[in-house]
Amino acid sequence: MLAKRIIPCLDVKDGQVVKGVQFRNHEVVGDIIDLAARYRDEGADELVFYDITASSDGRMVDREWISKVADVLDIPFCVAGGIRTVDDARAILANGADKISLNSPALENPDLIDEMAQEFGCQCVVIGIDSKQTDHDYWVYQYTGDVMKTQSTRRRTMDWAIEASQRGAGEIVLNCMNQDGMRQGYDIEQLRAVRACVAIPLIASGGAGALEHFALAFQHAHVDGALAASVFHKQVLTVGEVKDFLRHQGVAVRT
Amino acid sequence: MIVVIDSGVANLASVRAALKRLNVEAEVTSDIQKILAATRVILPGVGSASAAMAQLEAKKLTNVMRNLTQPVLGICLGMQLLFTHSEEGQGCACLDVIQGAVKQLRPKPDMPIPHMGWNQIKASALHHPLLRGVTGENFVYFVHSFAAPIGGYTLASCDYTETFTAVAGYKNFFGCQFHPERSGPIGSQILKNFLEM
Repeated sequence: MLAKRIIPCLDVKDGQVVKGVQFRNHEVVGDIIDLAARYRDEGADELVFYDITASSDGRMVDREWISKVADVLDIPFCVAGGIRTVDDARAILANGADKISLNSPALENPDLIDEMAQEFGCQCVVIGIDSKQTDHDYWVYQYTGDVMKTQSTRRRTMDWAIEASQRGAGEIVLNCMNQDGMRQGYDIEQLRAVRACVAIPLIASGGAGALEHFALAFQHAHVDGALAASVFHKQVLTVGEVKDFLRHQGVAVRT
Repeated sequence: MIVVIDSGVANLASVRAALKRLNVEAEVTSDIQKILAATRVILPGVGSASAAMAQLEAKKLTNVMRNLTQPVLGICLGMQLLFTHSEEGQGCACLDVIQGAVKQLRPKPDMPIPHMGWNQIKASALHHPLLRGVTGENFVYFVHSFAAPIGGYTLASCDYTETFTAVAGYKNFFGCQFHPERSGPIGSQILKNFLEM
């Protein structure tokens, strides 16, 4: 039985792990390696590192910490943030990352998805979608790392998810911006809508705050993994508690 | 010396880091003399079968690999390369040290492909030294869209859309379809088993 994945997400800014509310007001929550090791020991199934400033500043993530993370982790990890070329991705994978996640650059140049899937295999290529509900529909946003630069793309989330999957994305992380950092629960309705459109793995992101939220995402939106940040960083819950709860709810998790 | 084959399109750093956590310094190389002299050879792999075979060919390593007599461990795509043929792309002739054909996994309802994530393996060769410590409930980390069917070479299997080979072995050639370097403590145990075999 394929286990449902619990994925702590570490937003990285200037070499530190930070967290904001609804993508704003970032505060430092700790050291990258310390937090990576803590989540590994708690039973995290995977980690995602987002350099949240990279895309909006037009610069590449600093790679030095990636190989340090690769040295301590015996679970997979994904690096996101400002990856613009096949060479950027190759360097990150060569430093020990297992996957690369594309967000704003894929919106600017969707062919990047095809190129990376061709070069590294679709299993390496994750598409992060920052999505917000307005006017009774879901819309993709970009440059969400910087509140001054965040903008709507006028692409419908469902259309973009389908296009990304057809172009060769191996996984979609759907960041529901209305919920991000609020700890009021994942956007089950939106996740279900995207789940119905694409056949590749889907990861829920934005809104986790309580044990039940994780169970709802798996049982009602049928996502493959649930990503969370502040609820873990602030130690409201541990990964172990989430997995124990899910196991009792009949959700398959790695022991 | 432990050698990790530098196949150009591979998860080299994570394999080397996993060995370092076992206090083993491995050399990442495509040097033929070093490969021949190694006590253990690891063939990692991320990418497509045809690209990886082309890299091995370009480095004149295909025949070198076929004729190795020390224990060899292929990981993920590296395991698939040990087989006769892979269905990937337009179809691709591989190293043929384990006879069999690698096939594409077909998605099923609620079972998307790639098969990505932690899944359980079931040992069919319970007392095999490579599987020491594997209990039958262990979750290991898979990321793949192609797999070898069950055959005489199957040491452990996994179920996802179909039952496929998770661990293969024939003579001195072994393969893990999952990533032992990314499979937590049980993955480290399997790597350690390989080094101690």
